[in-house]
Amino acid sequence: MTSIKNPIFRTEDLCAYYRDFMAIKHVTVSIPEKKVTAVMGPSGCGKTTFIRCLNRLHELTPGARITGKIYLRDKDILKMDPIVVRRKVGMVFQRPNPFPTMTIYENVLAGYKLLGIRLPKEVADRIVEDALRKAALWDEVKDVLHRRGTFLSGGQQQRLCIARALAVKPEVLLMDEPTSALDPKATLQIENLIVELKSTVTIVIVTHNMPQAGRISDYTAFFYLGELIEFGPTAEVFTNPKDPRTEEYLTGKFS
Amino acid sequence: MTTPKNLYRQIKYDIAFRKLATGTGIFVIILVVAAFLTLVYESWPAIKAYGVKFLWNTTWDPVTLEFGALPFLVGTLITSFLALAISVPFALAGAIFLGELAPPQIANPVSFVIELLAGIPSVIYGLWALFYLVPLVRAFQMKIGAPPYGLGLFTASLVLAIMILPYALSVARDVISLVPQDLKEAAYGLGATRWETIRHVVLPYARSGILAGIVLALGRALGETMAVTMVIGNRSAMPQSIWDLANTMASVIANEFTEATEDLHLAALVEIGLLLFVITVIVNLIARIFIVKTKVR
Repeated sequence: MTSIKNPIFRTEDLCAYYRDFMAIKHVTVSIPEKKVTAVMGPSGCGKTTFIRCLNRLHELTPGARITGKIYLRDKDILKMDPIVVRRKVGMVFQRPNPFPTMTIYENVLAGYKLLGIRLPKEVADRIVEDALRKAALWDEVKDVLHRRGTFLSGGQQQRLCIARALAVKPEVLLMDEPTSALDPKATLQIENLIVELKSTVTIVIVTHNMPQAGRISDYTAFFYLGELIEFGPTAEVFTNPKDPRTEEYLTGKFS
Repeated sequence: MTTPKNLYRQIKYDIAFRKLATGTGIFVIILVVAAFLTLVYESWPAIKAYGVKFLWNTTWDPVTLEFGALPFLVGTLITSFLALAISVPFALAGAIFLGELAPPQIANPVSFVIELLAGIPSVIYGLWALFYLVPLVRAFQMKIGAPPYGLGLFTASLVLAIMILPYALSVARDVISLVPQDLKEAAYGLGATRWETIRHVVLPYARSGILAGIVLALGRALGETMAVTMVIGNRSAMPQSIWDLANTMASVIANEFTEATEDLHLAALVEIGLLLFVITVIVNLIARIFIVKTKVR
């Protein structure tokens, strides 16, 4: 498989379990820095479990555990405090989930507010504007910052969640099918946003949508029944897959 | 083709069911209004005799037929709110534990036991308090130099606190366990700890439900009669401290109703009942407004 120089993430023999069920089997892979890596594969293949290992959200599920090693740069995140890992590795979820009890402004700052970090107003204002601009939402919400985020459209809510994740300046942004609950227009906006963001942050995105992976990703990891069966530059994986199962999936033989 | 005939019958049933349901709904309203009117009618002699002065007169003397409700009003409010103050922290902590922290193997049996607490007859709480709580409180009073009655406002508040705990707790536990998982994960994903997630995400989300549970508990406390009557000391004077023997509105009615031979005494007791009714309605209204407000904001 393709080797990556100076990867930001490197897993070694990573296995993830839900009680006795092995959801991820012996995955060894390197994720390149400041690129978009798409994680693909049929339903139930472990895509989501894989990225949830990368910020240690996996272990919140009762009965879940991880074996193997995950290096973020050169540090094994399984030996770090999960709180520290999650500050460096942000997450955007499948369904937009802004905090309904907070305003838009507070939502963006949630990463600070939750941890009890108090910011001077100018700093807070700057972080909010910066994050919302990066998430391409600033122009739409700058006049309603102090209203609840729940009246926004689904696409706007998802961009708010991206802004919330970006506000704590993570090194990696994990995205778990971030557009699967959105309409085509909102999906396109998020895709454009992802391409813009990769200059500042590494993105690992789970997607079901092959054209989407083709449009936005530089690398593709293909999972099947918990195993990583193919990894490489997206163009290569799509046009010249090495594993017959990848080809079958790409040509729609199973999904 | 039997359908049309059958269909007509179904429609007829549907109309009949609707009428029945509407009738039942209206009947409930009639019941409440009737209860209110009965209270007003029966207490009319007292209302006429004492007017609004009944509300702040501190003397309650069946011998001279001078009746004022203030001592009982104060007794009810002190015991209820003191009980709430004691009970709510425990209810909240228990609800967080059961709704958020404990694994189901522990949460389910514990919840069951807590709900059993709500089913224990109030007279049993009263007995338990008499035999167990009263000596404890008396020992404590002796230690701090308060009059060692054992009985009194404080003891009544303690019993009430235990009695209302399951109401506030189980409602709060339910709303806490209904907080969507993806909101909690969003918080964890931002690096929040468990406590930070509970404090900033779970509790704000569940706030109106938690308040509703507290109001339900307050409603129980205001009207609780038997256990309170058994341990409050039944003294119809203005209480001066929480160690005093006193009476609540409910306990004075329970205590004196069977012995009230004078019509005016009886009417005054009914008027206390009327007051209790009105206070309960007002508390519930305030709470409802409060809950609606926090929901919309």
